[in-house]
Amino acid sequence: MTAPAGGAREVLRLQGITRRFGPVLANDGIDLVLREGEIVALLGENGAGKTTLMNILFGHYAADAGTVSVCGRPLPPGRPGAALAAGVGMVHQHFTLADNLTVAENIVLGTRPLWRPGLGLAQASVRISALARDFGLAVEPTARVGSLTVGERQRVEILKALFRDARILILDEPTAVLTPQESEALFATLKRMVARGLSIIFISHKLKEVLAVADRVVVLRQGRVVGEAQAAGTDRGRLAELMVGAAIREARVAPAAAAGAELLRLEGVATAPAGAAPGLRGVDLVLQAGTITAIAGVSGNGQAALAALVAGLVLPTAGRLLVDGTVPARWAPRAALAAGIGRIPEDRHREGAIADFDLVENAILERYSVLTRAGLLSWKGARDWAARIIAAYDVRTPSADLPIRLLSGGNMQKLILGRVLEAGPRIILANQPTRGLDVGATAFVHGRLVAARDAGAAVLLISEDLDEALGLADRVHVMARGRLSPGFGRGQASAADLGLWMSGEAFAEEAHAA
Amino acid sequence: MRLEPIATPSVARLVGLPAAAIGATLAVGAGLVLAAGGAPLAVFGLIIEGAAGSRFALLETLNRATPLIFTGLAVAVAFRARLWNIGAEAQLYLGALAAVVLGTGALAGWPAAALTVVLAAAAMAAGALALLFPALLKTRLGVDEVVTTLLLNFVVLLFVSMLLEGPLKDPRAMGWPQSARLLPEARLPRIVEGLRLHWGFALALIAAVLVWLVQTRTTFGYEMRAVGLNSRAAAYAGIPVGRVIAKTALLSGGLAALAGYSEVAGLRGNLTLALSPGFGYTGIIVAMLALLNPLGVVAAAIFVAGIFVGADSMSRAAGVPSYIADILLATALLAMVLALMFTRFRLSRG
Repeated sequence: MTAPAGGAREVLRLQGITRRFGPVLANDGIDLVLREGEIVALLGENGAGKTTLMNILFGHYAADAGTVSVCGRPLPPGRPGAALAAGVGMVHQHFTLADNLTVAENIVLGTRPLWRPGLGLAQASVRISALARDFGLAVEPTARVGSLTVGERQRVEILKALFRDARILILDEPTAVLTPQESEALFATLKRMVARGLSIIFISHKLKEVLAVADRVVVLRQGRVVGEAQAAGTDRGRLAELMVGAAIREARVAPAAAAGAELLRLEGVATAPAGAAPGLRGVDLVLQAGTITAIAGVSGNGQAALAALVAGLVLPTAGRLLVDGTVPARWAPRAALAAGIGRIPEDRHREGAIADFDLVENAILERYSVLTRAGLLSWKGARDWAARIIAAYDVRTPSADLPIRLLSGGNMQKLILGRVLEAGPRIILANQPTRGLDVGATAFVHGRLVAARDAGAAVLLISEDLDEALGLADRVHVMARGRLSPGFGRGQASAADLGLWMSGEAFAEEAHAA
Repeated sequence: MRLEPIATPSVARLVGLPAAAIGATLAVGAGLVLAAGGAPLAVFGLIIEGAAGSRFALLETLNRATPLIFTGLAVAVAFRARLWNIGAEAQLYLGALAAVVLGTGALAGWPAAALTVVLAAAAMAAGALALLFPALLKTRLGVDEVVTTLLLNFVVLLFVSMLLEGPLKDPRAMGWPQSARLLPEARLPRIVEGLRLHWGFALALIAAVLVWLVQTRTTFGYEMRAVGLNSRAAAYAGIPVGRVIAKTALLSGGLAALAGYSEVAGLRGNLTLALSPGFGYTGIIVAMLALLNPLGVVAAAIFVAGIFVGADSMSRAAGVPSYIADILLATALLAMVLALMFTRFRLSRG
């Protein structure tokens, strides 16, 4: 598809949007124009102001200054219904669907006035099927949402917006939960939509896909628009530079020198399912000193169970977990720490840090017993430890006495990374360690993990970012529905190969072959 | 409408809002005094005079504050770890019960110092165990401790009532349901001979300082706060959440029980069902007003006690019912909680 002519009708205009949160200027005079039939990518690191801007567009926040207008008509500020009524639809990163309702029920939900009896599901289903056919969004209207895959749920979210006659669609990090094949299908759908005159804002921090799908790219940094380019006329290097404000070399990670001793082994391990997420099923895994082993795959396929197992939070229901060749007598977070396992949790807000604790208190969460003499905590020792991490891991903070919730995600992650690595672990569990981080912080985390590997640690990297897994790891496994694929060495598997494992198809073939 | 956090509240906010809360409390109180046919200014004057207008009044206020400091500390400690102990009243009575069981003759002949230590320790143990049980139900089985601690209050009160009508009944009490009196050497002496203030008050101050030290200086205090603020992250980091909650329960229950011990040993000398006019519940108000700060508990307890003592005395002089004290406290609490919230948040329409 060709980029729309400059003269196409303007459907959305954000002008001079400014929003301040305390001392932080989240949006600083942002101008953004979206034309009919156009895909604009909104690119920026975490904390660049993308989410704030979209929240203002949707009326969740009122802007301190600036206006939002749809098709030339200004929207009243701070009224969440206004944007929806004007035909703007949003597909959130975290879906807002009711699992126990069917696809059609979810889509109709909230569109009918309360005083009208019945839901009109029959008519709605006809329309949903028509929309699904038109845009290549295959999904069965009578299926229960709880039984759908993540990719299908995303299609339901998109259909929900189309059903409400959205002319402008905003997608927030839509590929984060998709396999490469599913992402390709999504991009095809988006192209079909703009061909029919819809307009799309595509929020992402992944340069490759932004270039693949967008007509125009707008780059945000520190609340400001720092650059704008036609996708055809730019490249990844230039966009990355705009995003972080400095040229970034894409690091080539040297392969591990030689795999060392076996430190951790899983033999036929199963764990209980946790809520909707599957448990592990017959997982075999070996971690060797001086290597990075990556677990790729779409989140929600058992990665959480694997991480919880290695972190000491759960016990296997079948199979064995061996550290240094023996089954530990006790398996709990403290036992894992004592065995030399450093753990970087997936959810730094809920598991990695205590929001209202200051940096010092957070830095010693896993170390405070070392700092205790006769029941008394050495605050001097704690402050020294925190200062060491803050300096060595480049944690940007005005003071170590601030509650950690005031820090950006990247700085919070650096503190957690420092807390883990400074303890000198032999085994490092890094669960989605760069999720939500900007390019700079991501490179920093990668560098430190590789340095730890080179110093002899065994790193278990769980990541849904395939590029990260392939780029960093000496060995890659794919996790799907609680099962683990065989490991692939560097260069042994392409993204497309791994995609087949991610979708679960390759497991079936393996079963047939066996 | 939504609440938005304020990163750095202005001085005007920090001073003005609590002042406004006090103003609102007084305004509500004034309205009610008028409705009861009194003159607001005169009534407020009488309350202040009754609470602190003389040495006698002041000491009476401090006496009344003593059990409130203990129950306030008990609640503050428990709430800090998000253990919702609504059962300080039960723990108080069990502490008092332990004191009269051991102190009315079972240990006759022991020296006073030994008796004091043993009675206080026994009281603490009784209260601690009384809260340990709901705490274990919470950590092991997920039973809501608000329900269990609240209901245990009634169970314990009826149990004490049964004992006072039965085995613990003082045969010389002419049929009244009350226990025998403590041995004289088991009593807590007065701080100054001739004045009613007893050593229980000093004990309460010491307890407040110790609790503050535990919370700020010890590893247990750190664990307690970590569990209270984010038990999931605490568990991830290897903090034994269940054990920390159990230890917190022992401390909280023990502190509440000291209120019962000090009332029996310091003030009344025996146990009746009139020992506590709801000190356990008022302790929640005290702890909330103090923002769960152990040192703040002392100030809040004295403030609350002053209003009760002052209102009693005002009621005798002005004929306005002393229930005004309950309303003033309830209003003060609500207004103060709101005011403190709005020092940290602002309402915005967007």
